[in-house]
Amino acid sequence: MNQSSFVCISDYSKEKILRILAKAAEFEATPNRNLLENKVVATLFFEPSTRTRLSFETAVNRLGGRVIGFTDSATTSSSKGETLKDTISMVSNYADLIIMRHPLDGAAKYASEVSSVPVINAGDGSNQHPTQTMLDLYSIQKTQGTLENLNIFMVGDLKYGRTVHSLLIAMSHFNPSFTFISPDELKMPEEYKQFCYEKGIKYTEVSELKDISQADILYMTRVQRERFLDIMEYEKVKNIYTLKNKMLDKSKPNLRVLHPLPRVNEIDTDVDENEKAYYFQQARNGVFTRQAIICDVLGLI
Amino acid sequence: MEDIKKGLVVVAIQNGTVIDQIPPDKLFKVVSILNLDTLETQITVGNNLKSNKIGTKGIIKISDKFFDPNVINKIALIAPNAKLNIIKDYQVIEKRNVDLPDKIHNIIHCANPKCITNNEPVPTLFHVIDKENIKVKCNYCEHSILQEDITMK
Repeated sequence: MNQSSFVCISDYSKEKILRILAKAAEFEATPNRNLLENKVVATLFFEPSTRTRLSFETAVNRLGGRVIGFTDSATTSSSKGETLKDTISMVSNYADLIIMRHPLDGAAKYASEVSSVPVINAGDGSNQHPTQTMLDLYSIQKTQGTLENLNIFMVGDLKYGRTVHSLLIAMSHFNPSFTFISPDELKMPEEYKQFCYEKGIKYTEVSELKDISQADILYMTRVQRERFLDIMEYEKVKNIYTLKNKMLDKSKPNLRVLHPLPRVNEIDTDVDENEKAYYFQQARNGVFTRQAIICDVLGLI
Repeated sequence: MEDIKKGLVVVAIQNGTVIDQIPPDKLFKVVSILNLDTLETQITVGNNLKSNKIGTKGIIKISDKFFDPNVINKIALIAPNAKLNIIKDYQVIEKRNVDLPDKIHNIIHCANPKCITNNEPVPTLFHVIDKENIKVKCNYCEHSILQEDITMK
């Protein structure tokens, strides 16, 4: 197993998180640095994810590295029945680093065990997407000036949304207070509430997106139609979790609205012009954060 | 006479391992976890026997076989209250409880159908996160499984 792989957000201690975020800030100040000169990075996307792939490939290109890979497993030998192990063993002969996205849970962890080069998890099924969490943390720190003692409101699909679960775990180092806002069908799972309880983290659960006056961060997620057994239930709740511009009137001046994107209808487009809308800058921060993570995994910083 | 008959229910062994106090519905699972079907030594299996402790019980006596603790402890997953007796020369030289190991290699299935271990030829690995209530967590997809949902490979 390659020890320097980044597969899961709990691989990072508080100190490590802060160190990576500080490096990300350096990359934001000076994005183009030839740290990956003569390095080949493989981006293996067993399922398509254009946003994540472009973000990673931009990060590699800005660092002067070269990219090989595929964008969809339909064009690879895994469609001929090649095992993940064989694909990873082969690619780790060619590249200095593997960045992979896979539809199955746990695929990245397994790949990191069979690969001779480091693996960065760019999303494994509904399990983990740790670089998303790091860019969320970077965005929170950048907009709030700190990660400590913040009021984080999480909205939408808190049951299946891996980004909110990972964010919850990562934020647990920084004494947060959480407010979970979701329909009954999509409530924060018991194990994460238990985790908060054990860590002494305050949380409240509500079913409507109304009072956001105390929030420092409003983390929106998409409520997906396919999560509902009963389509009538979806129709009932889908608009309750839509953020409208006027709802931000009474919010704190430092509030920022985050969303892992793509957004559908959970944030009205009239919010986009509000200075509290931060989701597009959040995506931009992903490049700097990934530059820092790539260099760290390769031992270059 | 009655006593003699009772004594004959399960014969003593000279050397080997006795696994006692197995819940009757778990007996054949224990047989399968320990791969007893491939052993060539003498094995006595009794089930639905009277037990003062658990009503009815299963018992397995395996002659001339001493298990590695890592192997025998696997049965703690399904029969946490089973008792082990190590027999030498008809004497019980060691009596102990089974003790769930920290890691479980390749004997149970992950309950998550989308886990890599259910879709590719990957040996499973579970971390025991709660020994008392028997809760394990997949090393790969991080799903937790409770005892009642554990299925053997």
